Amino acid sequence: MSGALVVAEHLQGRLREPTLEAITAAGALGGPVTVLAIDADPSALVGPLSVEGVDEVVCATVDAPTFEPGAYLAAVSAAVSERRPDVVLAGFTVNSMGYLPALAAREGGGFASDVFGVRRQDGALVATRAYYGSKVHAEVAFPAGGPTVLLLRPTAWPSAGGSSSPGVSTIDVPPVPRRVRHVSFEEAPQGDVDITTADFLLSIGRGIGEKDNVETFVKLAGTMGATLSVSRPLVDAGWMPSNRQVGQSGKTVKPKVYLAMGISGAIQHLAGMKASGTIIAVNSDPEAAIFRVAHYGAVMDLFEVAEELEQQWAR
Amino acid sequence: MDIAVCVKHVAILGEEVEWDGTHTDVDPDLLEWTLNEWDAYAVEEALRMRETAGDGEVFLLTVGDDEADESLRRGLAMGADRAVRIDPGDHAGVLDPLTVARALAGVLSEQRADVVLAGVQSSDAVQAATGTMLGQLLDLPTVAVVKKIDLGAGTARVHRELEGGLIDVMDVDLPALITVQTGINEPRYANLRAIKQARDKEIAVRDLDVDGDGCLRVTSMFAPPAGETAEPLGDNPADVARRIIEIVGARLS
Repeated sequence: MSGALVVAEHLQGRLREPTLEAITAAGALGGPVTVLAIDADPSALVGPLSVEGVDEVVCATVDAPTFEPGAYLAAVSAAVSERRPDVVLAGFTVNSMGYLPALAAREGGGFASDVFGVRRQDGALVATRAYYGSKVHAEVAFPAGGPTVLLLRPTAWPSAGGSSSPGVSTIDVPPVPRRVRHVSFEEAPQGDVDITTADFLLSIGRGIGEKDNVETFVKLAGTMGATLSVSRPLVDAGWMPSNRQVGQSGKTVKPKVYLAMGISGAIQHLAGMKASGTIIAVNSDPEAAIFRVAHYGAVMDLFEVAEELEQQWAR
Repeated sequence: MDIAVCVKHVAILGEEVEWDGTHTDVDPDLLEWTLNEWDAYAVEEALRMRETAGDGEVFLLTVGDDEADESLRRGLAMGADRAVRIDPGDHAGVLDPLTVARALAGVLSEQRADVVLAGVQSSDAVQAATGTMLGQLLDLPTVAVVKKIDLGAGTARVHRELEGGLIDVMDVDLPALITVQTGINEPRYANLRAIKQARDKEIAVRDLDVDGDGCLRVTSMFAPPAGETAEPLGDNPADVARRIIEIVGARLS
């Protein structure tokens, strides 16, 4: 068959947004849209998955309390063998990174991740993705036969909504050994500051160069009445705590003003701040991806701008 | 405890963008190369695991031409024992993750390791796929995007970092393949003596020999659509600061 199989992702009882986005992308490709619900009790997902564009929900019952890569791979493999979709879609998420590339390796089919465009051209799939720090885009084709697995960039498609009455069926998943086993979830420590409630974030990134420079921006944030937030490299380096981190693995923020200094704008960072009211970016690299989401920008040394801000704000 | 670490010599594109003759890649003269950031954390983690275990070997693998020796030498200077480089030969250009995983699997099926580590993703291609594909090809339990590893007897307890910072604690049977997230440790800097010693460590070179189509092929590469561009704030720091203060004042009032 030609048609799309969307693999649903859920966490702690809730369907995740990238699944609804993948349903939109699947619908745009034409052909039937089948959604695979994998869980110890997949029937609970049928309701949330009954949105516009879904033709069928296939339930796969697995012996895993929550996401485990072995069970999920077995379930998707079973669905692919039985339904023969030509494209398998899911969000480009931490869970999908852990088993859907394995599906492509097992099937010998096509694979691309962080995809933000997909179309059919003369029947063949063509996907769009980025290379070299998002400084260039590329179209990619899939020469191998078999199903093509595409992991879609979060927020690149709108979420499917509305309601529908899809057909519901089940597939058998052969039992697999639980070689990777879920133990528990742990929340990240919250700390003393909640950056998600601030109206004005001064956000700093790798461009500040070294740890000793953090103090300059702590002081500047104080002067300007801003809350200080950071991009991932500063947390990785241990310079700032993780509760200050903006981005996919940190916090999603939507302040009235987001002033980014020395942040190049990795996709995972942009996902966490691009809905901000007004985005101002200062960076020495004119090609930095942050300038593509910023409303105002300056290609400039951030320390010189910081010094001027410190002096002028007092006046 | 023997640990294999898969690393990549990644390309960094500067401010200038020009295309190669086929328009399927950028002009190689505009690229600079370095050890992938995620892989530096993976090398460090391997060295720490061996130190905890008290014995064993840390060996590096990569797929790349002789320029990639630079990244291997960096890992060797950090403390890895030896390295294997698979030379792509005629397979020029951007190699797809499945071809790379098949090449790595060819070596690792002969040279057993208790743990195989890889970075979550490479900074130049961002597929986050090679490690997970390799785990499948080697039939190893695989866990991706890991920020903490504690070795036990025959298993490891790992922390997988989910969106929003939520941690998924998992147990994985060994041998296993684990992809390592940045921030898991603090990669060490090699001192001058270690850098000198690394020059004498072995880098075995093999030819790339894999069957089958890759999982994707770049058919065209182009500049991102201009879209909405940021409005310039000014030509000098004083003007830029003045404008920022005006904008902030207007938006917050």
